[in-house]
Amino acid sequence: MKIILFLVIISLILALGFLVAFFWAVSSGQYDDDYTPSVRMLFDDEKTSNKE
Amino acid sequence: MSKLETFTYDDKIVRDFAVATALWGIVAMIVGLWAALQLVFPELNFTAETSFGRLRPLHTNAAIFAFVGNGIFMGVYYSLQRLLKARMWSDFLSKFNFWGWQTIILAAVITLPLGITTSHEYAELEWPIDIAIALVWVAFGVNMFGTILKRRENHLYVAIWFYIATWVTVTVLHVVHSLEIPVNMTNSIPVFAGVQDALIQWWYGHNAVAFFLTTPYLGLMYYFLPKAANRPVYSYKLSIIHFWGLIFIYIWAGPHHLLYTSLPDWAQSLGTAFSIMLIAPSWGGMLNGLLTLRGAWDRVRSDAILKFMVVAISAYGMATLEGPLLSLKSINAISHYTDWTIAHVHVGTLGWNGMLTFGILYWLIPKLYNTKLYSKPLANTHFWIATLGILFYTVPLYWAGWVQSLMWKQFEPDGFLTFGNFLETVTQIIPMYAMRALGGTIYLVGACIMVYNLWKTAKTGKVEDVTSQALARVNHVPLKGEYWHKWIERKPIQMLLLATFVVLIGGLVEIFPMLLIDENVPKIASVQPYTPLELEGREIYINEGCNTCHSQMIRPFRSETERYGPFSKSGEFIYDRPHLWGSKRTGPDLHRVGKKYPDSWHYNHMLEPESMSPGSIMPSYPWLVNREFSTAYTAAKIRILQSLNTPYPKGYAEQAVEDLRDQADIITASLNKDGIEQEDLEKKQIVALIAYLQRLGTDHKPQLILEK
Repeated sequence: MKIILFLVIISLILALGFLVAFFWAVSSGQYDDDYTPSVRMLFDDEKTSNKE
Repeated sequence: MSKLETFTYDDKIVRDFAVATALWGIVAMIVGLWAALQLVFPELNFTAETSFGRLRPLHTNAAIFAFVGNGIFMGVYYSLQRLLKARMWSDFLSKFNFWGWQTIILAAVITLPLGITTSHEYAELEWPIDIAIALVWVAFGVNMFGTILKRRENHLYVAIWFYIATWVTVTVLHVVHSLEIPVNMTNSIPVFAGVQDALIQWWYGHNAVAFFLTTPYLGLMYYFLPKAANRPVYSYKLSIIHFWGLIFIYIWAGPHHLLYTSLPDWAQSLGTAFSIMLIAPSWGGMLNGLLTLRGAWDRVRSDAILKFMVVAISAYGMATLEGPLLSLKSINAISHYTDWTIAHVHVGTLGWNGMLTFGILYWLIPKLYNTKLYSKPLANTHFWIATLGILFYTVPLYWAGWVQSLMWKQFEPDGFLTFGNFLETVTQIIPMYAMRALGGTIYLVGACIMVYNLWKTAKTGKVEDVTSQALARVNHVPLKGEYWHKWIERKPIQMLLLATFVVLIGGLVEIFPMLLIDENVPKIASVQPYTPLELEGREIYINEGCNTCHSQMIRPFRSETERYGPFSKSGEFIYDRPHLWGSKRTGPDLHRVGKKYPDSWHYNHMLEPESMSPGSIMPSYPWLVNREFSTAYTAAKIRILQSLNTPYPKGYAEQAVEDLRDQADIITASLNKDGIEQEDLEKKQIVALIAYLQRLGTDHKPQLILEK
């Protein structure tokens, strides 16, 4: 019957994981400012200089 | 106030990895094509070193670790520097990473054809190479985290998260999976046995797909797709959900490789449940990629780079829908052990990894050589050829998988198997194997066109140092009211620990009960350890890669018990180090082959399979009859197995070789009786192999001992 115990533990950890994931999703500002990094990555400010 | 700093990116290392990616890609495809042709023309198995059982692992290792591996490093070294506005932390470690990785690949190219293998799929390399992999991988990690720590850009772009999760998880997977005790420089015995070894292997194997072929490439997608399209990713929010969802769920899905096996049912169901859940983050990622191109689809029509990426992302979506569906037990009952699986993984490697790599190379090489792509028409040609190649490769194999599986399961009204002879189900699908080889050829031709195009591009360009400017690094003071997730985005070390923790929970929950609870592996009184000769024979079985084409796991279906004998129980494998359950039945299952045929049948069959089964596509193994097996390490192996609780009598190691000789004499006598005479026959590898094959599955007795 130990297997039942492990199944319960697994389910609990699973539920906990989802709860944490949910809190992350809500409180990580995803409904807020998660736009600028995706635009900024497009600009490299690169200059090429010939090393001769 | 911070000041503006000027710095130079290390693009030499990116160029090196790009060249390695393209070249190893060609090598991987050539070896794959060769192996594919061997299934149509068995005479292409020229020597021991080039027989299918050894070439197939070489192909998979080359495709995964050489082609995709170098592709990962190429993409990471390019994008990481730019996203962090910093040169790589250590040029030495970058070089060490590059040359170390190429040396490891070279070691694989040498050892795998020599039959030096652990038998664990996608982790065939033996322990000295395992250690080298760990060293190089750690060097890569140190270099990456060093760069992250000295970065001039506070925010960690989503691609970097994927790189971090990749590094952490692959480290954990590699270390846990490589727990083995060395016998000598080219051989080792895994710590876990039977069902536990199988679970560990597929925990590793599945996550090698997840964290080596998928997460790093998703990072590359999130960098190179917006770059190539010159527009931000569709939803940055979605990319965050995609990341956390994926790394959390992926680690749990491994048991779906072991459905209907002797793995406890609850572990199988757990694997299935999480596999289904994977659809959500995977498709979120796919849609995020495709929707990035919203409003730019007109460019996709003409831009080969975007075409490659669109097909890659679509293939990712198809493979990640198909994967969970294949994890449903009712579908897996049909698909498993057939070529359906082979088709599925090639949608992933040829479609997702291959096409994304090609797209990135076409974008990157002109940038790295400060020029324009030599020929756009050639790139477009490559795109169409590659896409057609994938279709010509996969469609016949899907067909072959279905056909063969249905033939295996077909019964006559009187209750007998319609195709009782396994070989009939093989010869039926050989035309599909030929089509598949054609598809592979087409894909390879496309890749060669690419190499030519890129080579011409590089020749017209010139190498220049790329400098950039960015504000110097300042210590951040948290802003009032900012979301706490920003904190973790700025802290790579905390982020690393958190990611490790999340990943580990999944692994521990699945594996620890298996290690701790005895009742998960019911013991069977009649199951005894292998004799010394059988151990040596088992090693020959492993060296020849027999497990590449033959499973040792009879599933509890009437169609299988009718064909092979009673279904396999976990208690039968407790002395199997490593387990040899296999994942593909190009030939029949061998778990109950023991005592099914006389010794002489095996001798003749190994020497020339067609003499016993006309039409067989199994390679001949003439060298088994000529080469002698070694007993130099027999005693050492017995001692190691004793230390792992295999119940040999005390002091048995000293007596082992003597026992081995006795058993070899018995088998030799039986061969002599059937008219097979040969000088020193009792010392030949074939005798040891016959001893092992004749033992397989014969210990089985129905009564279980339910003791503590």
